Amino acid sequence: MGTLVEEIIGRKVGRAVTPGEIHLVDIDYMMTHDNTTPLAIKAWREIGKPIFDKQRIVIHFDHAYPAPNLKAATAQKEILDFIRAEGISNFFTQGICHQVMIEEGFIRPGGVVIGGDSHTNTQGAFACLGLGFGSSEIGASWVTGKTWLRVPETLLVTLNGTLSPGVTAKDVMIAVLGQLSASGARGMSVEFNGSLIRSLPMHERIVFANMSTELGAKCGLIAADETTLSFLEDLVEIPSHLEEIHPENPVYAKTVTLDVSQLAPQVACHPRVDTVRPIGELSEVPIDEVFIGTCTNGRYEDLEQAALLLRGRRVHRFTRTIVTPASNKIYERAMRDGLIQIFLDAGCTIGIPGCGACIGRHGGLLGPGERAFTTMNRNFTGRMGSPEAEIYLGSPLAAAATAINGKITDPRVYLLTEENYGTSMAV
Amino acid sequence: MARVWRFEDDVNTDLIIPARYNQTTDSRELAQAVFCEARPEFASAVQPGDIIVAGENFGCGSSREHAAIAIKAAGVSAVIAKSFARIFHRNAVNIGLAVLECAEPIDHIFDGDEVEFSLERGEFRKLSTSEVVVTLPLPEFLQKVIRAGGIVPFLREHDVSELIA
Repeated sequence: MGTLVEEIIGRKVGRAVTPGEIHLVDIDYMMTHDNTTPLAIKAWREIGKPIFDKQRIVIHFDHAYPAPNLKAATAQKEILDFIRAEGISNFFTQGICHQVMIEEGFIRPGGVVIGGDSHTNTQGAFACLGLGFGSSEIGASWVTGKTWLRVPETLLVTLNGTLSPGVTAKDVMIAVLGQLSASGARGMSVEFNGSLIRSLPMHERIVFANMSTELGAKCGLIAADETTLSFLEDLVEIPSHLEEIHPENPVYAKTVTLDVSQLAPQVACHPRVDTVRPIGELSEVPIDEVFIGTCTNGRYEDLEQAALLLRGRRVHRFTRTIVTPASNKIYERAMRDGLIQIFLDAGCTIGIPGCGACIGRHGGLLGPGERAFTTMNRNFTGRMGSPEAEIYLGSPLAAAATAINGKITDPRVYLLTEENYGTSMAV
Repeated sequence: MARVWRFEDDVNTDLIIPARYNQTTDSRELAQAVFCEARPEFASAVQPGDIIVAGENFGCGSSREHAAIAIKAAGVSAVIAKSFARIFHRNAVNIGLAVLECAEPIDHIFDGDEVEFSLERGEFRKLSTSEVVVTLPLPEFLQKVIRAGGIVPFLREHDVSELIA
């Protein structure tokens, strides 16, 4: 009963729940990565009690892997010592944690996954309650298997209409951020619905759940329908039976409705995700680095869109362009299908699957005064290296167009010249 | 007597501590880097007992607990804001850093103001004008965690079921 978040928590605790209530909830998986595992281990050791269920712990190395410096190497060695000593079997080094969680079958509708990463919200695209947590509480949950949750109020974002060519889920989400602001859903569950959402494939639905974090939301959820279930069933052998989850007689604290049919590509301008402008207004801004990847837009279809524009073209000689697949599986498919060759021919650099340049520790840092156009979800000052650098956020299509032109560029300029646009590529 | 360090809305975790300083779990090292780009003078000038007073959505962004640890280890006794980002708030409670939402406007509180802060009463008094700013009480179960010194000491002594009894 209720909104999606009430449905999910209600199923877990075995009765209907209402906003404001506090519940102790069983957790399906507790995830951390190379950046957040050390403090979780420290907390667990200091509590001094045994691990509740080792199978529920999932550890990824993705933020700075392989280690780019001695500090990272030392920290990772200490995590590995823990993994070996405690016999943790769910340990992965094959890409961004949120993507690998999906690929490896940890995500299912109705699940509760807490992660030592603020973009754990990503899993809400599957109606799985993905929640970002700090490390100590994750170390604590290794002992208890549970966490306290306050049932949040729900903000319904209804997205209707059809996207015009060259406009993607990322542009819509950036427009939503511009309208609602970086604290527009602070502490709330954001539920995305409407004819647009229902028509989108999973890789585009994920963008909304992922960037619900940038609205300040506790979680971002999308109903699990036929699209969700068939995506998950194709992916891996899921041991348990999957169910659709929809809101039932929901009561929303707030609703926002947007028709996307007239929307142009959007850009979030440095240094705020909610300073949003249509891309045409920024067309003279020169760009030193283009970065295509991340948990928002590093999936196969994102790379496919970038390749659509980069095929047969070269990136601007002063715009270093880095393409970082979100996972090894995506990398492998992109290689098999010739996308990697297109990127190399265009003069791009291919990054190691993982978070890459997004966290400003390796894989494409910005120097003072440099400006980046990226497919990331965040553009805080200093995020990618120098605090004197600037970060702009947009879609993979806009990033590719910008890479070619060396300044922020509306991708529709190039798309109009693509004869096969809209037939062979699903944009 | 304590000093107010005043911040505006949407102070994010990269401003509190940039990602490249998060490669350690050593709280003293983290304290040295706190606000290193946003307020370079902070780490050396902050005195034990000082308070941070901020606008809306303090601590937004990453889940890094390093941000809350760095502030606490620098000696700050409480962060008082119009509102907090949810993960930062949870992290602060979990490590025993007092995070209090104001019950009233704070527009008359400025950087460098001298105040008297009482955690017990959840309020502070501006010495120059004797104005008092009151905060909202935390839910009882979170007060239990803060009183214990954080989630780790709490769970050392108690079962998780005692949290919400």
